[in-house]
Amino acid sequence: MAEVNLTGGLIGGALIGLAAALLLLFNGRIAGVSGILGGIFTSDNRADRLWRCAFVIGIIFGAALYARVFAALAVQIQANNFTLIVAGILVGFGTRLGSGCTSGHGVCGLARRSPRSIVATATFMLLGMLTVFLMRHVSF
Amino acid sequence: MLFVSAFLTGVLFGLGLSISEMINPTRVIGFLDVAGHWDATLIFVMGGALAMTVPLYPLILRRNQPILDRRFSLPTKHEIDRPLIFGAVIFGIGWGLGGFCPGPALAALATGSTRVALFVFAMITGQWMAGRLQ
Repeated sequence: MAEVNLTGGLIGGALIGLAAALLLLFNGRIAGVSGILGGIFTSDNRADRLWRCAFVIGIIFGAALYARVFAALAVQIQANNFTLIVAGILVGFGTRLGSGCTSGHGVCGLARRSPRSIVATATFMLLGMLTVFLMRHVSF
Repeated sequence: MLFVSAFLTGVLFGLGLSISEMINPTRVIGFLDVAGHWDATLIFVMGGALAMTVPLYPLILRRNQPILDRRFSLPTKHEIDRPLIFGAVIFGIGWGLGGFCPGPALAALATGSTRVALFVFAMITGQWMAGRLQ
């Protein structure tokens, strides 16, 4: 597994960046997935909910398209169901409280040179690494 | 029209997450596992994405308005406050536990896996809980 996917990483990353740039160019929006998803449930404007849903459905459709055209999607989840639920709640809670995730703070915020996003990205990367370190290399 | 461009950019985004394998939590945990057999793929994904957004964002923001809407909707907060830090800490822990962040988790729904759906449901619940608190 630990063989680096250099071409896939660079091409896939470029597509993600291009998608973020196009969403800003056409819709004037930051491509932050947690914020776009959250707005579906909190926005009181119908047109607003519509584009948010369309973006989310587009993401799922894009992955399905890849599976159809290129190769089956490998999604290997190591966590058990309990850990998965805890992880999901923490990711949802944290991204709402911290106003963003890997896409909004990481890809878009860093490009805007936003100090908030730089701090957030460094923080969640560090905590992610620390969590994996404790899980994998420290026995309790 | 806004929903058409949102759908198409979403498709590109989902393709990018799949091609880069960020849709796979094992890849992501491999990146976060710096003390183990480290997997640097995520660095290249971030690099590839920033290679687009860093030059394109300032060019786009020179415009008076986006193509399909009246104004740009950009974050208005500039202050590095407690919710930002606590939120990033909590998100980071959840990211390390499951290997999923919001984009890849949504894209992975395409596999039809009930376990992915379970994560997404928990994530939306977590967002709702934070919303109640604020």
